[in-house]
Amino acid sequence: MTEADAAPDLTPENRLTAAYLVVALVSLFVGVSLGLFQALEHAGIDLYPWLLPIIKSYYHGLSLHGVLNVLVFTTFFISGFLQFITARSLRIPLWNRGLAWATFWLMTGGLILAAVPLVGNAATVLFTFYPPMKAHWAFYVGLTLVVVATWLVTLTLVCTYRAWRARNPEVRTPLPAWMALVTFVMWTIASLGLAAEMLFMMIPWSLGMVAGTDALVARVLFWYTGHPIVYFWLLPAYISWYTLVPRQAGGKLFSDPLARVSFLLFLVLSTPVGFHHQFTDPGIGQGWKLLHAFFTFGVFFPSLLTFFSIVASLENGGRARGGRGWVAWFGKLPWGDPSLAAQVLSMILFAFGGIGGLINASFTMNLVIHNTAWIVGHFHLTVGTAVALTFMGITYWLVPFLTGHQLWSRRLGLAQAWLWFIGMAIMSHAQHRLGLMGMPRRTMIGAAPYVQPEWRSLLPFVAIGGTMLFVSAMLYFANMLLTAVASREAAVIEVPFAEALSGPEHAPVILDRWRPWLVLAVALIAIAYGPTIIRLVTTTPFTTPGFRVW
Amino acid sequence: MRRGTTIYLYELFWILPSIAIPVGMLVALVVFTFGAGVHLPGDHGRVEPTAVLATPPFDQPGTVQVGPGQYEVRMVSGIWSFAPNEIRVPAGSTVTFVAASRDVLHGLFIPRANVNVMLIPGQVAHVTTRFDRPGEYPFFCHEYCGIAHHTMWGKVIVEPASKADRHDGDSAS
Repeated sequence: MTEADAAPDLTPENRLTAAYLVVALVSLFVGVSLGLFQALEHAGIDLYPWLLPIIKSYYHGLSLHGVLNVLVFTTFFISGFLQFITARSLRIPLWNRGLAWATFWLMTGGLILAAVPLVGNAATVLFTFYPPMKAHWAFYVGLTLVVVATWLVTLTLVCTYRAWRARNPEVRTPLPAWMALVTFVMWTIASLGLAAEMLFMMIPWSLGMVAGTDALVARVLFWYTGHPIVYFWLLPAYISWYTLVPRQAGGKLFSDPLARVSFLLFLVLSTPVGFHHQFTDPGIGQGWKLLHAFFTFGVFFPSLLTFFSIVASLENGGRARGGRGWVAWFGKLPWGDPSLAAQVLSMILFAFGGIGGLINASFTMNLVIHNTAWIVGHFHLTVGTAVALTFMGITYWLVPFLTGHQLWSRRLGLAQAWLWFIGMAIMSHAQHRLGLMGMPRRTMIGAAPYVQPEWRSLLPFVAIGGTMLFVSAMLYFANMLLTAVASREAAVIEVPFAEALSGPEHAPVILDRWRPWLVLAVALIAIAYGPTIIRLVTTTPFTTPGFRVW
Repeated sequence: MRRGTTIYLYELFWILPSIAIPVGMLVALVVFTFGAGVHLPGDHGRVEPTAVLATPPFDQPGTVQVGPGQYEVRMVSGIWSFAPNEIRVPAGSTVTFVAASRDVLHGLFIPRANVNVMLIPGQVAHVTTRFDRPGEYPFFCHEYCGIAHHTMWGKVIVEPASKADRHDGDSAS
């Protein structure tokens, strides 16, 4: 630090983050509530007639559930949290607070624009919105504005970093800010597919400026973004696990350089893997699918590095607190802290989600589980737990920090985390097995004429687990609301940034450079996607008309 | 990352297996794929999405015997049904599904026969499987295709080989 450690006033950054959190949590509230009805429906309890004035069908509710949970909650939470983390770890204000607020309002405006047709049953196309199903144009324009706003967040983070770098030319970038920047740079590269799909296909088509579209081209562009978007959700959880959880566990991060290696590999390998969502698509050559499978196994490597670093850091904390033995230290972690408990529990389920992901990436086995309930089970472990439960865990310290009020109830927080863990284990296990038995996903199973006898014994577990998740979520929202409005005790909290056992000074210099990694990322994308996209765009007649089928 | 330290050794002990595990799994995957002859749906050409029902072979959906023990199912999917939605073949048949969609995305999923393919407007889907055991093999649309998506299904009825020979005289059940 060249300047004195006089910390600047970051109150405006706190307000910005609080604004993002409010939108994120309201979206999650609606999204999770609708999940309850889906879970009950699978067990034959059809409560949709009760929702009729607002929710017109199972699929209307399912569209809201998907869009609000995985597109809106995640994006708003991440934008708020990573701008906060950047300003706090660099100890400087955001580059331009006016821009930062304009970005928030643009993102919120986009959300409202998309929400009008979504709530009005004019965009019951699920969160994947595959054409030729055709939603109202406002849905596509609104979501596009949300993506554009995320690019402005990238701009804010890059300029903030450069402002810091100008004053600190010789210092290694603090790990939290550096990781936040990698996350948004990765996302910006990854979002180009979705942006192209929206700008060149969906928006002109939904506005009637062009007559036709093409389903395969849209799917290729969608999944160009659709896989790395899961790393956009996951990396902020990793940032918490790497840079905050070790401190919360009473220890230190095991290795700062290893953390940097893993994030750079995510930057390079997150995107050229999308065909593993399209293994069963006709119209894409088998060789290209094989190449994407290779890269998908490649991106497993940084996840293994993360697994090692996090467990080693937790062990460091457990031992510092008097833990012994090969595994007994695990019990010595501060399990009474809901923030830590929620995040460690989410890691445990994530291990199973990661292993399931390898099965999805192996195209031989993908033929068994593609588009089955297995996939639903898989992403409820990954985005539904590793990401969502970790984000909840973060808010157990972040919301008290931002409001200045103590968490209303630690015990309620602990009950919430365990209930989510157990409920998700039950629901997701049932969904995995139902998928192996051939039950399709995204289907109103309670009303399907083809329910197989062997599914019937498992379907109630979807409802039981789903109900537990709903109760857990309501406990969470109650705790958050009461913390904000009813908690009287003042909170004295600092952001729990962890130190490292092996610090950034041990990292090779190449890890702090940007250009080689960006060039490598773009090169791999060009190899993996270039030939297929060029062939499709030059040979496809865009003649497919749109349909409203709901 | 600093050589010679304990942490460096720990890192190395973890990094090497972290490379070996995915590489090992990849090799197993590739060996199995070529060894067992697993095929993913590949590129089998286009069909004009607005003219599927006028384009051979989709103008005459149905099951056609193309050789001894070899059948081809020409299938058209549309909201919210498959044509044909009941397919009869004798046990031991090799069946190729040639399928297309005449409106939105659909999927053809026959869990008990390991058939799993997307039906994408504009694309011809082409998958081959074998039905060895007699019985019913239900198939489902496994891609959301609208308000009655959950009613879109059919079945392959695999008849004992001897019975299938007499099938022409049967008035069906």
